[in-house]
Amino acid sequence: MAHNAELGRRGEQLAVDHLEARGMQVVDRNWRCRLGEIDIVARDGGDTVFVEVKTRTSHDYGHPFEAITPIKLARLRRLAIAWCEATDAPVSRIRIDAVAVLAPAEAPALIEHLEGIS
Amino acid sequence: MPVARTRSVALIGLAGSIVEVEADLSAQLPGFVIIGLPDAALAEARDRVRSAAVNAGCPLPQRRLTVNLSPAALPKQGSGFDLAIALACLAAAGEVSHESIDRVVHLGELGLDGRLRPVDGILPAVLAAARAGHDTVMVPAANAAEAALVPGVEVIGVASLLEAAIRHGGEYEAREVEPVPSVSGGDHADVPPGGDLADVAGNEDAVEALLTAAAGGHHLYLLGPPGAGKTMLASRLPGILPDLDPDAALEVSSIRSLSGRALGSGLMVRPPFEAPHHTATAAAIVGGGSRVIRPGAAVRASHGVLFLDEAPEFPSAVLDVLRQPLESGTISIHRANAIASFPARFQLVIAANPCPCGGYGVKGSDCTCPPATRRRYLARISGPLLDRIDLQVWVPRITTAGLRLTGDAPGLSTAEARERVIAARDVARQRLRGTPWRTNAEMPGPWLRGPGRLHPGGRTTVELDRSLERGGITMRGYDRVLKTAWTLADLDGATAPGRGHVGRALYLRKGIMA
Repeated sequence: MAHNAELGRRGEQLAVDHLEARGMQVVDRNWRCRLGEIDIVARDGGDTVFVEVKTRTSHDYGHPFEAITPIKLARLRRLAIAWCEATDAPVSRIRIDAVAVLAPAEAPALIEHLEGIS
Repeated sequence: MPVARTRSVALIGLAGSIVEVEADLSAQLPGFVIIGLPDAALAEARDRVRSAAVNAGCPLPQRRLTVNLSPAALPKQGSGFDLAIALACLAAAGEVSHESIDRVVHLGELGLDGRLRPVDGILPAVLAAARAGHDTVMVPAANAAEAALVPGVEVIGVASLLEAAIRHGGEYEAREVEPVPSVSGGDHADVPPGGDLADVAGNEDAVEALLTAAAGGHHLYLLGPPGAGKTMLASRLPGILPDLDPDAALEVSSIRSLSGRALGSGLMVRPPFEAPHHTATAAAIVGGGSRVIRPGAAVRASHGVLFLDEAPEFPSAVLDVLRQPLESGTISIHRANAIASFPARFQLVIAANPCPCGGYGVKGSDCTCPPATRRRYLARISGPLLDRIDLQVWVPRITTAGLRLTGDAPGLSTAEARERVIAARDVARQRLRGTPWRTNAEMPGPWLRGPGRLHPGGRTTVELDRSLERGGITMRGYDRVLKTAWTLADLDGATAPGRGHVGRALYLRKGIMA
């Protein structure tokens, strides 16, 4: 468990670096409420982007994106709404992104980014 | 370009339509959607294709793939679209050449290991592709020989999805795989040998009727006690029929392919022989099925012989479904979403016992069947069906005297009989050139009786005219006797039927009643 949690944190940090390199501003990380947790909230121009990060060390258990099931996606949408209700900042458009981080032990990490998953 | 396109073939009955298989790759969570009226087996391609691609060594991208089969309204079934779907997806991912797959029609089912499995109905599918103007098809290695029977088409047989992808410009490392063998091998192994006509002892009348049936394409009804040789006679009929012409051979082979039977190394050139058991249902005879519409025995007998032994034992509903194909030469099967048409231009031979015990009318038998039972038994073969049968003959049991007689002079052999049949058919074809018909039995009555046509006229048909007058035969029966008379004349080498031929034809039709 400790290994997985550590891997998750490392993956999220890699994702944040990736998003910031693309010119997005991270406004919130690991935001929690009773519905669950949002990994990253960022702004991309006028959009508020909610990012789900999935990290794996190998493809042995499938591609990271395959772990985002329709149920998890629906929860992510509810979480996004909950975050919007909780924040004071104005929110015009929202978007849900997914970032897959493949981080093998002895190789540079591979990052894939899907915008506006539905 | 994330949209790639290739082609496959959807079969409804024997008729194939080209189906465009489009694949779109979108930057979405991994998913695989197939749209365009797939049936259950085709919808499962989703799972087959992704696993096959991974195991073959050319994985699909982990994005959403949408596959559209157009025209979307045409119902599609089966697993033959797997190869086209997989290649369209690989092209959408940029792994293989768009232009290359666009030019080729793909057919074949994928196994989870990425090998290609043979599918049924390759011959009609490739034929449809050729008729639609496509000159290259890619098929499973096990189907390649069958696909190559279609003239003018370049056939590429491949053993696995990886091999197909490499042929379309995919940069993968080739792997050696063992091709999936075809399900049933052998060259037309289940075609019955039939036996020689010379084996039939005595029964000159029945042999003549058989010869006439073969020469003119007439339907035949054999009535007689058990052991008289009815089944033996009927099984000799395909042997004395001439070889199929190229079009018929292609059609017979297509039906065989659709039924999932082996084709061997060449087209079927001998006429098929189908003898369904009397417990067969109407669906078994004409064909059926809710999604995949399969041909029945009458369709498989097209251009050959459909033999119904013990005909009164068939349910009368089953016998009467044959009336439509006997008249039109086609069988249409209607379903909610499609109509399948099959050719069914078969020659019908039915055999029956005269009564349930089989002894009626036989010297020395102690038949106790009451008249009502006898009538009911034969009445199961309905009047409208009988009316369509040109030759109706009584086949008696052979007597000792008859056996002695034939012992010295061997009967007509199959080879001799076939020569006479071919000669008679040639004469008929010459006479009928410029018309859509080939055999005497196919000539429609009104055309036959038309001015200056083939009605012999004068006093030649005086007995026949009288029979019509008395109500002994129907108008349809009249036409059929005329056709038989022409066949008898052709067999005799006469230029036109004489009074003797017409009389003989009338006897061959009404001999049972006499």
